[in-house]
Amino acid sequence: MIAASPSLAWFARHELALFWRDFVAMMTAGRPQRAVVLVAVLLIVVGVAHLIANAFVAPWAATGVGPDPATLVLLSGAGALFVSLMLSQAMESVTRAYYARADLDLILSSPASSRRLFAIRTGAIALTTLILSFLLAGPAIDMLIVHDGPRWFGAFGVLAALSALSTALAVVFAIGLFALVGPKRTRLIAQIAASVVGAGFIIGIQAVAIVSYGGHSRFALFQSAEVVAMAPGSESLLWLPAKAAMGDIPALVAVMALGFGALAAVIFVTSSSFGRHAIAAAGVSAARGRQNPAQSGFRPGSAKQALRRKEWALLRRDPWLLSQTLMQVLYLIPPALLLWLNFGEGAGAVIVIVPVVVMAAGQLAGGLAWLAVSGEDAHDLIVSAPVTTRMILSAKIESVLGAMALVTAPLILGIALAAPVAGAVTAAGVILAAGSATAIQMWFRVQAKRSMFRRRQISSRAATISEAFASIMWAGTAALAAAGSVLVIVPATIAAGVLVLAWAIRPRAA
Amino acid sequence: MGDPRWGLNITGLSKCFDRPAVDGLDLQVKAGEFYALLGPNGAGKTTILRMVAGLLQPDAGTIEVFGIDVKRNPIAAKQIIAWVSDEPMVYDRLTPFEYLNFIAGLWGMEPKDSESRARALIDWLGLAPFAHERCGGFSKGMLQKVALAGALVHEPRLIILDEPLTGLDAGSARQVKDVLKAKVNEGVTVIMTTHILEVAERMAERIGVISHGRLIAEGTLAELREKAGMTGTTLEDIFLTLVAEDESATIAAA
Repeated sequence: MIAASPSLAWFARHELALFWRDFVAMMTAGRPQRAVVLVAVLLIVVGVAHLIANAFVAPWAATGVGPDPATLVLLSGAGALFVSLMLSQAMESVTRAYYARADLDLILSSPASSRRLFAIRTGAIALTTLILSFLLAGPAIDMLIVHDGPRWFGAFGVLAALSALSTALAVVFAIGLFALVGPKRTRLIAQIAASVVGAGFIIGIQAVAIVSYGGHSRFALFQSAEVVAMAPGSESLLWLPAKAAMGDIPALVAVMALGFGALAAVIFVTSSSFGRHAIAAAGVSAARGRQNPAQSGFRPGSAKQALRRKEWALLRRDPWLLSQTLMQVLYLIPPALLLWLNFGEGAGAVIVIVPVVVMAAGQLAGGLAWLAVSGEDAHDLIVSAPVTTRMILSAKIESVLGAMALVTAPLILGIALAAPVAGAVTAAGVILAAGSATAIQMWFRVQAKRSMFRRRQISSRAATISEAFASIMWAGTAALAAAGSVLVIVPATIAAGVLVLAWAIRPRAA
Repeated sequence: MGDPRWGLNITGLSKCFDRPAVDGLDLQVKAGEFYALLGPNGAGKTTILRMVAGLLQPDAGTIEVFGIDVKRNPIAAKQIIAWVSDEPMVYDRLTPFEYLNFIAGLWGMEPKDSESRARALIDWLGLAPFAHERCGGFSKGMLQKVALAGALVHEPRLIILDEPLTGLDAGSARQVKDVLKAKVNEGVTVIMTTHILEVAERMAERIGVISHGRLIAEGTLAELREKAGMTGTTLEDIFLTLVAEDESATIAAA
């Protein structure tokens, strides 16, 4: 007797159950009693987000929001920012759907339909992309509904349609890459493209705003009279999403039909090739990179040098690190542009980039430190070696800080040439931020495989939050120090406090 | 300094997690001996070996490797120990050659000596065609051979192996066994856990049977047969009988 292949509903239930268990485990870290605290914290965050949104939305709504050119440009621009984020998220998730093995080998080896699995997983990607956009835009839309009426419910429909469209585009992009460059290069290119799309649009807008107006706001460009004057007429199809968000029912129907229709069509056309591409992607992991034997002679040195060399080789060859570093570098483009524009004009504008460099350094150091300190694939080997734990850790820290010095030195040098004091402050800020992030990763170190890098932020929320707060506070300290403000003591004290708190709550060895 | 005639001398070793994993263990392995440690799943074999390798701190007892106290002088002890686990401790993004270079550095070896030794090991284990390829796509057998080369490159006097043959094909398993035999012939002490009793029967000079963290029987195959009163039977029969007797005694005592 041959059993029927599992239905779409069966796959959906399975995926939903896994998603829910993952989510609960991630949020409660296996301690259900934390759920109450978590719900309370979430409610506070949602409340604060609504208060902030209200501060921006209420004055705007009070003046009366209509489908005038300025409003259409502003809403479309804001929508484009969301689409860039959604597209980036979807591209990353779609790539993972092909390459992450997890249960894929089990399912592909079963007689179940890979076509149905792909349909469900693509739908799940659209759903998670939608949740992300709701989390980000929800408070502002809620406040618009409160102040300007229920017509703004249409904005939720637009977000849903754009999520579906982003997912469809991400699938087409991935399939296109498979066809054009093959499975070996698709993952790397898709990761880089996701980073560029996610950060690129926002950064591009900032860069144009800096060049054109000297400002640093993402929305400065959308509010300028020149852009509004250059925009197409109000009958243009370009404004359909903006009109739909404002409650224009025909526009909303058209936008939703476009978004969901595109997703359905893409799933229908591409789902049959999912199994084939996923199997091709599986073959990539069996491929081996080859090193040049001529450069591979044994090199002399102490155990510490051997450890440092090993860390640098692994960092250099880490594909996840590439996309993260690229993201950090991309975010440094607008300040670098500002630096270039103001070079030789004194320290005034240069001060703007000091906190950005410090913040990026802290975040990058956190990632590098996790890879070096926690992401040790041969933990037992290192521990069974005739070297002290202290020496192992110091070698790992040195390798992280060395890599950080290499990445940030050119930027610090550039700032120092424009404004020596700001350069010195940036250097100090980078050292403090990178040192803090590294110390936090040391205190919260866990034994993990390097391949767990993506999940490092959920392995210890305390470490992630401490690292982010410390980086932000050191960035603030650097900005105020560069500006010569006496208020520098405030963020510096908070940063030190964050470090003390992180040290106090660090997990103790059993 | 303890007695250097013993490759491994364990006295009163205990380790408790949520229940006793190792319970007052006494175990002596002679220098240059091939010793097989057998036991059912969860008997405490891996815990014992991890404590010897310095990967786990004992709650009580002493461990001496060639007279060196592992707890008091861990660095000196680790210098002469090699640890090979069932999951090969290898970096995906390093080549076998780079991996051996790393281990030689970690153990403080002279590059000139260690490089020639590494090349010889790579040839011996049939890894030469893959010496400069990253380990990421290697099979389990190849990874285990890389790990074994790593364990041998610093010329240890005591090699501890935890289920080294798990998941290996016949060819790879034979190669690993040949390497271990050759090392014992050179005077190296080898302690190995295995569930493949034929391997223990054929290779080990003495066999220890662990159950509930205690050594319940020890000796040559002939001595174990005598102890179990099962002349002419296989190690498998003896092992199952000894473990079943211990299980019954434990249940009766509880």
